[in-house]
Amino acid sequence: MNASLSPPKKLRVATTSLAGCFGCHMSFLDIDERLLKLLDLIEFDRSPLTDIKHCGPCDLGFIEGGLCNAENVHVLREFRAHCKILVAVGACAINGGLPAQRNHLDLRDVLEEVYQTEAGLSHGGIPNDPELPLPLNKVHPIHEVVKIDYFLPGCPPSADAIWKFLTDLLAGRTPTLGHGLLHYD
Amino acid sequence: MKTSKSEVSVQANAREARVKADRPAETKANNIFQLDGEDVPFTPGQTIMQAATANGTYIPHLCWHPDFSAHGSCKLCTVKVNGHFGSSCTIEAQPGMEVENRTMELDDKRRTLLQMLFVEGNHFCPSCEKSGNCTLQATAYELNMMSPHFDMFYPDRPVDASHPDILLDFNRCIMCALCVAASRDVDGKNIFAMGGRGLLGRRVHISSESGKLADTDFAATDRAASICPVGVILPKRKGFAIPIGQRTYDLAPISRQVKKATP
Repeated sequence: MNASLSPPKKLRVATTSLAGCFGCHMSFLDIDERLLKLLDLIEFDRSPLTDIKHCGPCDLGFIEGGLCNAENVHVLREFRAHCKILVAVGACAINGGLPAQRNHLDLRDVLEEVYQTEAGLSHGGIPNDPELPLPLNKVHPIHEVVKIDYFLPGCPPSADAIWKFLTDLLAGRTPTLGHGLLHYD
Repeated sequence: MKTSKSEVSVQANAREARVKADRPAETKANNIFQLDGEDVPFTPGQTIMQAATANGTYIPHLCWHPDFSAHGSCKLCTVKVNGHFGSSCTIEAQPGMEVENRTMELDDKRRTLLQMLFVEGNHFCPSCEKSGNCTLQATAYELNMMSPHFDMFYPDRPVDASHPDILLDFNRCIMCALCVAASRDVDGKNIFAMGGRGLLGRRVHISSESGKLADTDFAATDRAASICPVGVILPKRKGFAIPIGQRTYDLAPISRQVKKATP
């Protein structure tokens, strides 16, 4: 009896941006006053919004961005290990997006052009500090590395699409977007 | 059958009845087939796709266009005819056919075909001028494609910006060959041809010595300039004339905008 009167346990949610632009996180904040309603249902673990550095056991993980360096892969695996449900949010997480436009170029050529030869940019040489994660030869979407449970496309997905997805999931329904909310751009 | 004089033999009557049963008279009432349980009328010689389109019923497709003869290559329009798989753009409608179209089984297969197209090319909608007007994108929306599912190929396909008025971005080519048909059948120029080998090499090619569009007599007024269902053949110096959000498939899903043949 008492159990039914106590407030339901909040779902623990972690979010991160890998090779992304934080646009999906901005779009998430665009759900505006619905955030207050959402905070009755969820609490945040690791996220740019909390500044917690490592992901603990979570119900939901939202990944923005694809994989362009070794640290991205490490963070993604940490999320997969700790999140019951992992969601790829936005074009970059789903197909590599804008960072993947370098995939038909040689990585060394790109680095040399940016750090050594291109006019108008500082020519400090290619950074090689041991603390910097090594770039991957190609940018990859996250489903190529870990199992992804749901995909939420868009560049970014609109606030309404994110809200529809979240409310469906929190209510125990299969998230569906449909015409007007499902966008790849 | 003309019954000339006085007696009509029993045999003749029987023969007539048999002929009717084998090949029903081509009256309007008989030329009907079932598409997902609904009656669809057709005129003899029409394919299932042509009859469905004339009826305003959507069958997903990419390489078929009402103004051109069927190419039958994309297989998106695969339906089940009396229990057997077949391309609705090439199968002639017959009276009494039972055709399955938008079943979960068929749409699942269609989605997989789309996902293979998406990973084989470089389809980055956010940076594509065709977004919102793109048949590939709209079809993927219609079939609820949430991810590419497969590993990406990221093929290297340089663009051809040689022509003064038209840009060719081969990254988005889905090999529907509609430009080949339009240039050959309407423009009479034969500028485009399918060529190359293998998954990554095969795409539309330009029939000029240099392989560049600038070295052909291609014009922005050609039918082939406006036929591309995706963002390969694009007019230069024209971008975002209609904003994202107000484009063809933003207004209604592709299944509610069945395009009929140009009269």
